[in-house]
Amino acid sequence: MTKFRVNKTKHVDQTKTISFNFDGKSYHGFEGDTLASALLANGVHLVGRSFKYHRPRGIISCGSEEPNAICQINEDTDLTEPNVRATEIELYEGLKASSQNCWPSVNFDIGGINNFISPFIPAGFYYKTFMWPKSFWKKVYEPLIRISAGLGKSPTKPDPELYDHKHVHYDVLIIGGGISGIIASKIAAKNNLKTLLIEDKNILGGSTIFQKNENYKINNKYSSEWIDEEIYELKKLDNLTIKTRTSLAAYHSYNYLLAKENISDHLPLNKRNCGIRQRLWKIRADKVIVATGAIERPLVFNNNDRPGIMLSNSVKKYLDFYGVSCGFNNVIFTNNDSAYETAVSFKEKGIPVEIIDIRKKSNSKIVKNAEKLGVKIYWNSTIVNTFGHRKINSIEIMNLSEDGSNVVGDKNRIKCDCLALSGGWTPMVHMHTQSGGKLDFREIDQTFIPNEIDENHINVGSCNGDFELEDIIKNTNNKAKNFLKVSETEFDNISVLNSKELDKRNIWLLPNLISEGKCKSFIDFQNDSTAKDIKLALREGFKSIEHVKRYTTTGMATDQGKLSNMHALGIIADTAGVKMGTLGTTTFRPPFTPLTFGSIVGRSVGKFFDITRKTSIHEWHSQNNAKFENVGQWKRPWYYPINEEGLHDAVQRESKAARDSAGILDASTLGKIDIQGTDASEFLNRVYTNAWSKLGIGKCRYGLMLNEDGMVYDDGVTTRLGENHYLMTTTTGGAANVLSKLEDYLQTEWPELDVYLTSVTDHYSTASICGPNSKKILTKIFPDKDFSDESFPHMSYQNAKIDMINCRIMRISFTGELSYEINIESKYGKSLWEKCIEAGKEFKITPYGTETMHLLRAEKGFIIVGQDTDGTMTPIDLQMDWIVSKKKYDFIGKRSLYRSDTIKEDRKQLVGLLTDDPNEVLEEGAQIVSDINKKPIEMIGHVTSSYFSPNLNKSIALAVVKSGKKMNGKKLIVPMENKNINVTVSDTVFLDKENKRINA
Amino acid sequence: MFLINCPYCGERDQSEFSCGGEAHIIRPKQPTELSDDEWAEYLFMRKNIKGVQFERWNHAHGCRKWFNMVRDTTNDKIHAIYKMGEKPPE
Ligand SMILES: [Zn+2]
Repeated sequence: MTKFRVNKTKHVDQTKTISFNFDGKSYHGFEGDTLASALLANGVHLVGRSFKYHRPRGIISCGSEEPNAICQINEDTDLTEPNVRATEIELYEGLKASSQNCWPSVNFDIGGINNFISPFIPAGFYYKTFMWPKSFWKKVYEPLIRISAGLGKSPTKPDPELYDHKHVHYDVLIIGGGISGIIASKIAAKNNLKTLLIEDKNILGGSTIFQKNENYKINNKYSSEWIDEEIYELKKLDNLTIKTRTSLAAYHSYNYLLAKENISDHLPLNKRNCGIRQRLWKIRADKVIVATGAIERPLVFNNNDRPGIMLSNSVKKYLDFYGVSCGFNNVIFTNNDSAYETAVSFKEKGIPVEIIDIRKKSNSKIVKNAEKLGVKIYWNSTIVNTFGHRKINSIEIMNLSEDGSNVVGDKNRIKCDCLALSGGWTPMVHMHTQSGGKLDFREIDQTFIPNEIDENHINVGSCNGDFELEDIIKNTNNKAKNFLKVSETEFDNISVLNSKELDKRNIWLLPNLISEGKCKSFIDFQNDSTAKDIKLALREGFKSIEHVKRYTTTGMATDQGKLSNMHALGIIADTAGVKMGTLGTTTFRPPFTPLTFGSIVGRSVGKFFDITRKTSIHEWHSQNNAKFENVGQWKRPWYYPINEEGLHDAVQRESKAARDSAGILDASTLGKIDIQGTDASEFLNRVYTNAWSKLGIGKCRYGLMLNEDGMVYDDGVTTRLGENHYLMTTTTGGAANVLSKLEDYLQTEWPELDVYLTSVTDHYSTASICGPNSKKILTKIFPDKDFSDESFPHMSYQNAKIDMINCRIMRISFTGELSYEINIESKYGKSLWEKCIEAGKEFKITPYGTETMHLLRAEKGFIIVGQDTDGTMTPIDLQMDWIVSKKKYDFIGKRSLYRSDTIKEDRKQLVGLLTDDPNEVLEEGAQIVSDINKKPIEMIGHVTSSYFSPNLNKSIALAVVKSGKKMNGKKLIVPMENKNINVTVSDTVFLDKENKRINA
Repeated sequence: MFLINCPYCGERDQSEFSCGGEAHIIRPKQPTELSDDEWAEYLFMRKNIKGVQFERWNHAHGCRKWFNMVRDTTNDKIHAIYKMGEKPPE
């Protein structure tokens, strides 16, 4: 046992030794320790360097508010994690931890020089200094800041562990397993409510489990003994689920909460087996009781940041819970009674302690208790300086003036190796405010406390501003009874004894002899901001707390200002001469403590990140060497390389084959909507720009759909299957949105129409065969069918059968070739496809992918919605005036086609582009200019589609250009990084302008 | 995350729904007779109220039905939910 482990407690098992490594050195701790308690037991206080000045920093607290003891754990393994608080991580065999922000080592570092030049690093330093010159950013400033600013290293290897999500519903959720959470849980569970209690520590009981003091008794027992019995009873309740090591991350509206359960973070690495590491609980609760407790405040005075300066109640927890004395020559600096409990604990173990109290007196029982034990108390005093480089060794104190604004008398130096601070308590109102709750300011102890209006959520215990045992127990009991509509509980007649605090005094920034500018009075330990910075920000004109916070970076570190926000507010209020309650607080945002990315993502990683949709023919594509591309959630064949063929060669070959003989495309992914009802024709009239009433049964028609703003939204071919029955196709990516848009109009604008929409995209598979030999192939597959142009013309459809299986054949074309699409129930998709390939063998039928499809349609000047359009193109802009009905009274978007903006002649319009050098292929997205010498250069459009056409043996492109309609034949320039490409505006149709091939 | 009481399915999580913006904007019956300004008023202008607002919602990942909601945008309290075509509450 090390000399600092002075006390045997039941929470730390001193028979079970655990070895661990910190900053390359081996140490021993015990089962039940945290990394912080084990380090302190070994006398290690110095655990890091501060962010800006690189000052030595030590462990301050014992919980999630810890700003200094931030570690990288298990570095160089795939389980490494940055920004882990040593106060929260449970010690396990083999744990490796290292300080962050201390390059090259914690004991000596180059950044320490910042401490000596600190007069030159004021608030907003980074904003002011690193502005100019711009070229310095990349080469000088950024590497410098990065190397000296340590916020940990992210892992470089894939995370081998699993993360879970779990959705649960409860009648009552209780957040926090301290004394008030335990009382509330017991009341809820005993009254037949399905209850969940979550606690972020590994055991219940909060700070009451180590409160063993004559002045605090419940039903005549020590409060620690009483709570032990309560916990024992609690665990027997059927209706109650208790989740320890589970911390609340977010409290959203309608009592929807997220909590993170640590499942294996406390286990040695060799016992984890890459199982589930953390589980994110998604909780919906009827009622929520917040019992998150309070955080002790530090005090702000000169050099208040040395290792060995800690929070008083944390010092007490290390002593009474972990059995570790943080010092053998302790001084407590306080403004309230709670610190006297720490003093009594020390004294009872024979460890020297003195108290400096800024108050003039206090006559409470606990203070009397300390005095009786011989604790020396310096009343009406403050600390003006501290000494000791790597650990505190002494302090200087002075008396306070009557009003507390100044120091008087002589300096008095006191030796110490631990300084425990208590500046009062701050209720943890984060959960209340995250849920949308407001706060009230309580003047007497300068706290923000919840203002409850939501009938489904209450706050109990010290997070509600009750700091004394009797208030906590009685108020929790009464509030929980009311909230849960319970008439009586076992806590109604409880007897509580506690010392009552009567004298209060609070000074946010303690006065000093030396000027404020020369004091280092830290407010935010992690971001190194001082009282001086706050005052400078105010002098520079920042008024809002949100602005001061950002300018000084106070409260913006990983601890989110848990220790610093109140002091920053207090100092702003004092300096500006306003009441603190009127300033409001900064916004507390989730997560309360940092969440791992793993817990947020859960199992949605790799192939589970998103749904993958595959057509029924997918397996054939894979077997035939297809490269796939993602189109929405679909995997579509992109091209089918033969041997070592690249994209370009494959596409050239596929395109040529489709025009010379026959090509086949899997078109199953196109959206398909089945439309039925007596008003189906009228409905299509309203949603498409062209007319539909006169479309004969068995005929197909291309349709263009606009948004109400007149811009092209989707396109596709719709087939009339019967009098009141249509099959609409949409683009692959637009299918879901088109359906929901059509449903919207049907349900909300035109409920009188008798129309029913059903998505049938997944119901049918589609093989599209095109090319001059397609008719011969179809004839082989359907020997009984007459495919002559007279009986089966372009833009018509017929039913057919393959081996007794019904299918539909549409003669439609997206390539300009003679072309047929065969639709069949999805389960037969692959056998249909194989039949087509077999029948096409003698014609060298060539499967082609999306890239060839894009090329073929571009040769014909057919648009792709979403590639040649971007939500700002009208049909007129696309030179598709022919599809806009002049006769129809109305359709979606019609009125917008003659708004003053849409009729402008100089809008961007779709044109063709031909490069002067036929082998030069433009880059899609490239800008187009007409006058290269004009300054600033005017960009008049951009390239939307561009390919090398093997059928024309030259480069072709589609583009949108201002006033493009009038530019046919005009020379334009496409400037690239290293050259200017000369182009000529052309018609959008490059191949077969007479449309002869469609009937070839 | 709201809990939304779909008038056709009952209480469901917000993630099943999508919001379709301000409610009770009626598509003009005779758009051709409107001036550019009148059409723009229908097309673009929305109130975006801080306070009680009437909204359209769709049970997109459920019954696909549209309905209306009265919601306070300052605290996300849902005051009423009613079907399309029903009279809005006071
Ligand atoms: Zn529904």
